[in-house]
Amino acid sequence: MIATIAFYLFATLTIASALAVIFARNPVHSVLWLIVSFFNAAGLMLLVGAEFIAMLLVIVYVGAVAVLFLFVVMMLDIDFASLRTGFTRNLPFGVIIALVLLGEMIVAVFAHQEGPMVAGHAIPAARVPNIVALGTLLYTRYLFAFEIAGLILLVAMIGAIVLTHRGRGDTRTPKVWKQLRRRPGDAVRLAEPGVGEGMKL
Amino acid sequence: MPIMIGLGAYLTVAAVVFTIGVLGIFLNRRNVILMLMAIELILLAVNINLVAFSAYLGDLTGQVLAMFVLTVAAAEAAIGLAILVIFFRRRGTIAVDAADRMRG
Repeated sequence: MIATIAFYLFATLTIASALAVIFARNPVHSVLWLIVSFFNAAGLMLLVGAEFIAMLLVIVYVGAVAVLFLFVVMMLDIDFASLRTGFTRNLPFGVIIALVLLGEMIVAVFAHQEGPMVAGHAIPAARVPNIVALGTLLYTRYLFAFEIAGLILLVAMIGAIVLTHRGRGDTRTPKVWKQLRRRPGDAVRLAEPGVGEGMKL
Repeated sequence: MPIMIGLGAYLTVAAVVFTIGVLGIFLNRRNVILMLMAIELILLAVNINLVAFSAYLGDLTGQVLAMFVLTVAAAEAAIGLAILVIFFRRRGTIAVDAADRMRG
């Protein structure tokens, strides 16, 4: 009973805040609604027992992605009102596309329910915690994919840094490779000046 | 833990969120930041689907896949926002219409 109520609460809030994301006038509000939406989606996932993914959703999306969005929205000095000019013009077309898409997916859901059940059994009561089972699977069967995922994140990090890095022309940073390549022979010269003569440098 | 909510309910929620994401891309055609947020919503819907199927079919692979989708979503957001920042530096706007350098 309480699970049913929780499901409808989380589902309603997820959908409502997702709507608020795309209809909010201020992009900062959009990001905040996105955070609400992610929290409620994490709640939905908790209800079916996927604790690890739910926590990951909160950590990755709310902790990293949403904050990144917030940074960018606040950093860029943009007149957001002028960006909404095409909003009403695109509204009918967008709503038609969305309704067609939604209808298709609802039909697909019911077609799936009408068809033969692939696996009609509920999951057996978990003997090990969700995170233990997931970790076991991740570090054995999906180890290669897991490593690739790490590599993708590394590439994304380096790519973002390279793209946004701006070399400043007015700073005099030490050229370390030049300093390290300098040898005594390049810099020091032993000379023996004669008595009474000057030194030619 | 007994599951009282059917799989169909989860799939419906995911379908609605997915549709809202697509609608957001159509409505905010000029604002790239909102388009990126709409893409995040779409990926969230995909994750809800994966986790729901994983739970109802009793197969953890769906949750592993949801993790990889999460990875790709984070990478995409980082790269997309980086491109957005350099685009804004060069053009002074983030309207999609201004991105005509390649005459697409």
